[in-house]
Amino acid sequence: MSTATSMTTSASSRTYVEARDVATAVAAMSAGARPIAGGTDLVVGARHGKAPLPAALVGIHRIPGLADVAPTDGGGLRLGALVTHATLMADPTVLASYPGLADASAIVGSHATRANGTLGGNVMNSSPAMDTGAPLLCHGGVAVLVGPAGERRVALADLWTGPGRSTAAPDELLVAVELDAPPADGASGSSYVRLQYRRQMEIAIVGAGAVVTLGADGTVTGAKVAITALAPVIHRVAEAEAALVGTDGGFEAAKAAGAAAAAAARPISDVRGSADYRRAMAAVITRRAVLTAVRRARGESVPVPASDTTFGS
Amino acid sequence: MAVDITLSVNGVPYPLTVDPHASLLHTVRGDVGLTGSKEGCDDSECGACMMLVDGRPVNSCSYLAVQADGSDVTTVEGLSDGETLAPLQEAFLTRGGVQCGFCTPGMLVSATALLDRSPNPSEDEIRTAVSGNLCRCTGYDGIVKAIAAVAAERAAQG
Ligand SMILES: Cc1cc2nc3c(=O)[nH]c(=O)nc-3n(C[C@H](O)[C@H](O)[C@H](O)COP(=O)(O)OP(=O)(O)OC[C@H]3O[C@@H](n4cnc5c(N)ncnc54)[C@H](O)[C@@H]3O)c2cc1C
Ligand code: FES
Ligand code: FES
Repeated sequence: MSTATSMTTSASSRTYVEARDVATAVAAMSAGARPIAGGTDLVVGARHGKAPLPAALVGIHRIPGLADVAPTDGGGLRLGALVTHATLMADPTVLASYPGLADASAIVGSHATRANGTLGGNVMNSSPAMDTGAPLLCHGGVAVLVGPAGERRVALADLWTGPGRSTAAPDELLVAVELDAPPADGASGSSYVRLQYRRQMEIAIVGAGAVVTLGADGTVTGAKVAITALAPVIHRVAEAEAALVGTDGGFEAAKAAGAAAAAAARPISDVRGSADYRRAMAAVITRRAVLTAVRRARGESVPVPASDTTFGS
Repeated sequence: MAVDITLSVNGVPYPLTVDPHASLLHTVRGDVGLTGSKEGCDDSECGACMMLVDGRPVNSCSYLAVQADGSDVTTVEGLSDGETLAPLQEAFLTRGGVQCGFCTPGMLVSATALLDRSPNPSEDEIRTAVSGNLCRCTGYDGIVKAIAAVAAERAAQG
């Protein structure tokens, strides 16, 4: 979010209201309150001293209907903003048609983080390292925002503008993210893989998501690839996608996609890895994500989360 | 402005007036007076503060008390039946799951959440579930074996 609140607040100036409907939440946000869902980013960020908790908060965690997972008219999937990672990693439709999203949610924090952390909080935090971003982009994710002037829809690619920054106004509530219908012609598979030094309680050093569609003869007819923690925003890589279409989706094709992802990466150096290391790993992790998506498209079962089982591929 | 809330902690309702920024952990330890839950990091890293909120595992140090208004909160004190320890507590004691005891309240709550969700977990599932609970003493082995033993006992009893 673009809200740059926050100086330390005195106890007497702090307010909290709990919204039981979208209109109440939006009204409170228009009056300057910051929404809080699971609090796993907002409260923990304040503990880190990153940004003190805003003086005015509106609890959105109990707004009815925002935790639903439901089909859209177009055959896609509508995920309410309050859907938790614990729900996403176990939802039968997500596991069957959007497994890359389950791969991502299954590795967020610990089981306590996943039980409370929401999709909406993950998306609106606009972190370039957040895990659901790459699979959401690959599945055509569209944010449904409600503000004082009503509802608008914005592709996630147009929502995120930089670390912690988005094109959503401070008084716009994310109510849902909608995903495309799985490709009708041919078999498709998706995946998300991150480079991690440990399997839980980790932040992506590098991540990649992929959706691959195969024609009847096994040729790749469609491909989407997005990279995580490799630029100020999570984004798709057209060159990696082009490198896959028309191929057999085998190792060489996946390797070419990985090379394209590495070429497109603009990583930073920080405590978790140098820019050079991240760029080198972009090739490996993208390759693994593509190979996993291809395996799933072929009907092979790859357990969720893919990050735990795709070493060495 | 302080906010009036009601927390039901281990089945007992507590009407409280809290600062909107007060954590659930500080509220339960300070205002309710139940000090079983520990503060290790105040940062969602160690799990020593873990409680169940409406059955969900929560790092209470990083959860606002106001957000738990009207919820059922379970702390380690709520796991036993009076002086009779819960099977997980017994198993931690007999299988080397406790040394200094600082991680134990959160570890027990975390394990309770796991077994509620997945009554017959694999070792990998157990290790994954307690990965947000740091223990600097036991090396985790006794903890993992204790949780597995309780799951096996329950399965044997049907
Ligand atoms: C120990 C730990 C480990 C973590 N590990 C990971 C990880 O591995 N991968 C990962 O991606 N993240 C991780 N996170 C970050 C966090 O858990 C996730 O981003 C989570 O999905 C945030 O959801 P929340 O509901 O808790 O957000 P909140 O903290 O409630 O909100 C986050 C931000 O989004 C805004 N917001 C929330 N909901 C809405 C809405 N509906 N409309 C508009 N704005 C909204 C809030 O105002 C705030 O700015 C971790 C956090 C912790 C504490
Ligand atoms: S004190 Fe809450 S996680 Fe460490
Ligand atoms: S027993 Fe000492 S920290 Fe776990």
